[in-house]
Amino acid sequence: MSAARPRRAVIAGVATSDYPLLPHLSEHAVHGQAADRALADAGLTFADVDGLATTGFFPMYATGVAEYLGLHPLYLDETNIGGASFEVLVEHAAHAVEAGAAEVVLVTYGSVQLSQMGRRLGTGGGGGAGFAPGPAIYDALWGNTLVGCYALAARRHMHQFATTAEQLAAVAVTMRQHAATNPQAQEREPLTVADVVSSRLVADPLHKLDCCVISDGGAACVVTTAERAADLAKPPVYVLGAAHATTHHLNVSASADLTVSPAAQCGPVAFARAGITPADVDVAQLYDSFTITVVLTVEDLGFCAKGEGGAFVEDGGLGLGGRLPTNTDGGGLSACHPGMRGMFLIVEAVRQLRGEGGATQVPDARIAVAHGTGGMLSTGATVVLGREIP
Amino acid sequence: MTAPGAEPAARPGPGADERPPKPRPAPVPDADSAPYWSAALEGRLVVQHCPACGAYQLYPRDRCLACRGPVDWVEASGRGTVYSFTVIRQNYARPFRDWIPYVVALVDLAEGPRLMTNVVGCEPDDVHIGMAVRATFAAVSEQAGIALFEPDR
Repeated sequence: MSAARPRRAVIAGVATSDYPLLPHLSEHAVHGQAADRALADAGLTFADVDGLATTGFFPMYATGVAEYLGLHPLYLDETNIGGASFEVLVEHAAHAVEAGAAEVVLVTYGSVQLSQMGRRLGTGGGGGAGFAPGPAIYDALWGNTLVGCYALAARRHMHQFATTAEQLAAVAVTMRQHAATNPQAQEREPLTVADVVSSRLVADPLHKLDCCVISDGGAACVVTTAERAADLAKPPVYVLGAAHATTHHLNVSASADLTVSPAAQCGPVAFARAGITPADVDVAQLYDSFTITVVLTVEDLGFCAKGEGGAFVEDGGLGLGGRLPTNTDGGGLSACHPGMRGMFLIVEAVRQLRGEGGATQVPDARIAVAHGTGGMLSTGATVVLGREIP
Repeated sequence: MTAPGAEPAARPGPGADERPPKPRPAPVPDADSAPYWSAALEGRLVVQHCPACGAYQLYPRDRCLACRGPVDWVEASGRGTVYSFTVIRQNYARPFRDWIPYVVALVDLAEGPRLMTNVVGCEPDDVHIGMAVRATFAAVSEQAGIALFEPDR
């Protein structure tokens, strides 16, 4: 996003689909439900849409969603960097509307992961090499899993910084507290640190309750210009700045330092583009595939120093009134995680900035950050959103 | 020993199926990797070395990541230390589910490059970060061997 931005990108509508279990819907119908609701939220219709951004696990995925929804967009984006994809799609959509390449970009996500694939996503194969050719083989021979990749990072973080299992567990406990107020959330029963650390180990040191839920669900948002949004249904939320980064693909052995995520690279760039600092952020929506993901992210985005993430997240640090209210919908750890959760982060950030956060509303939230993490800690993407331009 | 070597471990009772044990997955050598896998088949761990800048690297590539120049292959000491590890206790995929629990580790070789491997020859609970390990080899196909690591006592 250039320094001079005569057209300013905003998010004019957001929605989630029903979740977390949708055996009666196809994957594309989940896109449709979320899209219907996001457009209605904005006060727009499909006739207003001239851009579509979405991604999934097949090539030409966005083309297929356009076909299903009966759209013939002039702008199409299906950038896939795993769980961080939807932050990138919003970043790109903002570029597009600011450049005049599109006027109204619909960004949709839909998944029926739970109904179609069951709960094997994180422990179903050789660390992901089942779906990538070439160099992915180097980490694929050893029986590592997706959970195992994050476990390697967690173990190393514990070793270098004396981070404890109880500190990691505190992330899950806070997410559950938020989920308890979300009637849609997949898991709502109260959770204690003892519950987390006594749940069975999936890949040491990560327990079952250090891992996100696996869900069906979708979400959508509408990106347009401030000018176009001026007479729409809801107050616009500005896309103030965004950036994304990658450190490796499926080989965690190719990461130079597993205690540092791509957020360390893209977070400061996104904040600079937005003209803010971490201290300006009122509420955060941080990808929480695993508890360790959040600990790394709060450090790498600069909310605390490297190595201090464990202390930052314990004692309700991520709760309402805490150091950084985070994942106010209950997050992927408790509310909903259909595989690529990034769109949910954007939706919840916008709701907070509009004051639609309900029981977990952060008072007078003005600036929110959504940060997605994809692959095996492989990719990160940061979007800074605000009620006004700072 | 539950940790996997070349021979498939016996399948445990719970969750076992009637199919014969599945062997370790074998890499299909390509232009970059063939020297790496064939050396391991001969019981040698090799790494790439840049004659121009002196850097060592894995995994195999067509160029030096430090200076983008051409690389040679050199034999490594086979010694390293554990950078991080996890004990896998859930994996639905065969043959891995037959090995549970087993250790997946990232090992920093004495020469510098990092690789993923299984630590074998000890109980999973005995593995720790910084542990000295050395390579031991298993043939997984007619073209490929792999380097496992065991405690370097």
